[in-house]
Amino acid sequence: MQRRSKIVDNLDWTTIFIYILLVLMGWMNIYAAVYSEEHNSILDFSQRYGKQMVWIAFAFAIAITIMLSSSRLYVVFAYFIFGLVLALLLSTLVFGKVVNASKSWIQIGSFGLQPAEFAKFATALALAKLMGPYGFKLNTFTSYVKVGLIIALPAGIILLQNDTGSALVFGSFIFILYREGLPGWILVFLFFLVSLFILTLIFSSISIMVFLYVLTLFVFILQTRKYKDALRFTVALVGIGLLMYLVSELFDISIPRSYFFIFPVAAGVLIAGIYGFVSRFRPAYLWAAFLGVSVMYSLSADYVFQNVLDVHHQKRINDLLGIESDPLGWGYNVNQSKIAIGSGGIVGKGFLGGTQTKYNFVPEQSTDFIFCTVGEEWGFLGSTVVLGLFLYLLLRLIRIAERQREGFARIYGYGVVSILFFHIVVNVGMTVGIFPVIGIPLPFFSYGGSSLWAFTILLFILLKFDSDRFGH
Amino acid sequence: MQLNITTDKKYIISGIIVLVFIVIVVKLFYIQVVDSSYKFSANNNVLRYITQYPARGLIYDRHGEMMVANQVVYDVLIIKNQVKPFDTLEFASMLGLTTDQVKDAFLQVKKQKGYSPRKSVVLLKQIADSSYAKLQEVLYKYHGFEVQPRTVRIYPRAVAGHLLGYVGEVDESVIKNRPYYQLGDYIGINGMEKQYEVELRGVKGVSIFMVDVHNRIKGSYEDGRYDSVARTGKALTCTIDLDLQEYGERLMVNKIGSIVAIEPKTGEVLAMVSSPTYDPTLLVGRDRANNFKMLQTDSLKPIFNRSIMALYPPGSTFKVVNALIGLEEGVVTPQTRYACYGGYTVGRGVGCHHHASPLDLSHSIASSCNTYYCHVFRNIVDNKKFGSIEDGFSNWKTQVESFGYGHALGIDLPNERKGIVPSVNFYNRYFRKGGWNSLTIISLSIGQGELAATPLQMANLVSTIANRGYYFTPHVVKSIEGQPAIDPKFTERHPSSVDASWYDYIIEGMDLAVNCAPGGGGTARIAAIPDIRICGKTGTSQNPHGADHSVFFAFAPKDDPKIAIAVYVENAGFGATWAAPIASLMIEKYLRDSITRPDLENYILQANLLNRRAKKK
Ligand SMILES: [Zn+2]
Repeated sequence: MQRRSKIVDNLDWTTIFIYILLVLMGWMNIYAAVYSEEHNSILDFSQRYGKQMVWIAFAFAIAITIMLSSSRLYVVFAYFIFGLVLALLLSTLVFGKVVNASKSWIQIGSFGLQPAEFAKFATALALAKLMGPYGFKLNTFTSYVKVGLIIALPAGIILLQNDTGSALVFGSFIFILYREGLPGWILVFLFFLVSLFILTLIFSSISIMVFLYVLTLFVFILQTRKYKDALRFTVALVGIGLLMYLVSELFDISIPRSYFFIFPVAAGVLIAGIYGFVSRFRPAYLWAAFLGVSVMYSLSADYVFQNVLDVHHQKRINDLLGIESDPLGWGYNVNQSKIAIGSGGIVGKGFLGGTQTKYNFVPEQSTDFIFCTVGEEWGFLGSTVVLGLFLYLLLRLIRIAERQREGFARIYGYGVVSILFFHIVVNVGMTVGIFPVIGIPLPFFSYGGSSLWAFTILLFILLKFDSDRFGH
Repeated sequence: MQLNITTDKKYIISGIIVLVFIVIVVKLFYIQVVDSSYKFSANNNVLRYITQYPARGLIYDRHGEMMVANQVVYDVLIIKNQVKPFDTLEFASMLGLTTDQVKDAFLQVKKQKGYSPRKSVVLLKQIADSSYAKLQEVLYKYHGFEVQPRTVRIYPRAVAGHLLGYVGEVDESVIKNRPYYQLGDYIGINGMEKQYEVELRGVKGVSIFMVDVHNRIKGSYEDGRYDSVARTGKALTCTIDLDLQEYGERLMVNKIGSIVAIEPKTGEVLAMVSSPTYDPTLLVGRDRANNFKMLQTDSLKPIFNRSIMALYPPGSTFKVVNALIGLEEGVVTPQTRYACYGGYTVGRGVGCHHHASPLDLSHSIASSCNTYYCHVFRNIVDNKKFGSIEDGFSNWKTQVESFGYGHALGIDLPNERKGIVPSVNFYNRYFRKGGWNSLTIISLSIGQGELAATPLQMANLVSTIANRGYYFTPHVVKSIEGQPAIDPKFTERHPSSVDASWYDYIIEGMDLAVNCAPGGGGTARIAAIPDIRICGKTGTSQNPHGADHSVFFAFAPKDDPKIAIAVYVENAGFGATWAAPIASLMIEKYLRDSITRPDLENYILQANLLNRRAKKK
């Protein structure tokens, strides 16, 4: 009895309250999304809202079970759970069922399970287990390899299942690494690489090169204040370019136009690099290397985009960037999703009042595009309230993670934050058209047992650690 | 130090999260609050506007006989996404088409503006009633097909095509400029159909339904609060006498020209014939475009409404205008006599035919003496009181215009031409200022030269004479259903510049022209009808492009005019030969409803004057 009340007292009831609120709001919106005049009993188990009721009941049972368990269990069995999930993922790859072109379901009788959903919390546990001990420092090559393996293994298998969206979720663990010692500049550099990738798709390679050169020069001057040298250097490079142009005109040699830019930049990188190395002037070879790498990266990004990415990913990205518009084809989902959300206005059309929702204009509306229902029926105000709840939840979870005395619990906590953050942002971002369409569910909202249970497990293991934080 | 860095990281992570959420909320704000186009698109998605097309207003003749009625035809519509493979051969044979035509229609449908595979679009237009009956029975077998009733025009008697005009689908510019119209709507394109479009078209109704993503109707929008009922177009009663119109068209078969008959007391147009005419039925239905092209390329220009668009020199009929102005100005009296020996010999000279000499005013009209009017015209424009030819001429021009010349009369039909009365400026430019005088422009005295008038203006002139000095703007609509009166401009008198008392001398001359004793010099004795006192005036209007036009205008009966009529027959020579008998037959038909001179009628009906035109070329 003593033990029971201690659990209740130490539980973070605010988080639990938000969790229940989100789950119920989610159910209500699923009801609206699949509502039809013929089926309107809320207990109609042939309908998705009826089924979701069952999933919710199970989820609550899971939550209570976790609360009654011991948090030690998860520390001890972290690798075991991780291994189990990996095995499950592998067997899905072999025996799984293909749904929407991805082989990510295991069919057990009439019940389908998506192991990828559970791989997220399992990976967070494994990372916590690896990085939690006091002696672990994220500064050696082996430490990076170990961390990298734990993240890349499940992500890789899921990628093989052709479920790119779920695989990308594992990228969000960068937040854990950052929190646990990864230098901040890597984060900035990654952000730079992503931006550069997008810019490469939009602008010509020549303008990207000019942009990169100017950017490098700017940062160099900012760091060293050697603007006169930088200017002279630039004039010299422009001179090389002009000379090439004149020579090609004079002798009537036809050279692609981009060569007049690539050659001087390459020469510049070489000269600055050698000069910096010989004279031991660090900024010179550092920024020369930066320029060289980013130019090569941007030149190869285009190639990667055209040859490595699937056509439907290319199309979705092009649609997002406004390079290609095809509202009846590739862009159909997003276009309809924006129409549904946009038509909600400030206060929305009210519960069951959404015409786009009711008449099925948005595909996948009870799963990946559930936010459309929120947007259409509850308007800007309702959407903001839901986003506000999510934001509050995330900030609260950061606070919970930070107050853990054990490294394991803190790292796991950041894992929870990373996964939820990625899901929320990418899911809502895709429905409003600022992220490409990636099929991942909105936590606690989207229809589906696997995802609801996985998010419930994810969250409640953290809450269990939190309630046990004074106990050990 | 270590501690500090990690707490910083906590804030940086929180900061990134907050920032990303703000970006999403801003984007949400933009699409939900700022940009209203999504609301529009949402309505586009879910609302289906089903137009209820009203039947067009009917048109009756002045006696209430049906001129234009409606017939129901059916458009076949498809929703491309719902169409399942079907038996093309069966479908085609039901509609009396070939399978290729059906396949072609399917290809064409995608080229339509605003085509969407999820919306209904017209596949085949105006299929016949009989095809519809067959299709209706098996329509359930054809998924994604629907049939929409439309009405098209039918003409119980295929006459008055020019007057009635025709109806066709609206084009891009109409849709752009007049928001009432949408793709696929019909609009009056010419004639009364165009002039009275707003009255005839009625008001479209709309039913708004909500549909789901498969375009299945889910129910009426807001319980039909925004629906509206179609209102049938208003019926028009036309001023035309359908029998007279039909008779006029028959008389003009194989002749080029025009007949316009007006009731002088009201300005109502009784008949308006332009020949060659066309069967208005040709411009209805699916072959409209082809038929229109055929009519348009015909060298005799059957679509051209000569009654209000052709400009002819008025010829000798114009002498009555000069006579009236001369009397009004006091430069000639009813008793004034001028001798004529084969013509007017001053200046370039004007020839004249053989007749008794000298003649007074009335007899000069009856015999149509050119010389007499050279004197009268010069007396008018060279009148000392004006001091200059320019002022004298301007006065003449103003008075001529008071008879309805040189400006559009304002009939309720589109494309009326205004005719030509030359101005002082025109002659100053043509000859140079001071380089012309009354002799230079002497042709105007006999209605030649730079004068031009439409047959309607000629009929209006004779109507003015019949009324002894005023006219009502000619019009073709007698009443509009649901409106107490027609446009008041049609009931307003337009007086001429000439005092009513002078008209009797003119009428006397026109009476003599028709009814004088044999050998009495009357030029239009062929038009005389026993017991009906016709007053008329012949004309032969010189045509620079070929043989002279035969002109005649008349009114009857003399003391209580009921009909005023002008007849032009192109390239037919003397007015007396063709135009006068036609006018006479028309008058008799209208006043008596039977023809007492079958020989004359046959002579006209059997005449083919088309070859004259060809010869002259
Ligand atoms: Zn004479």
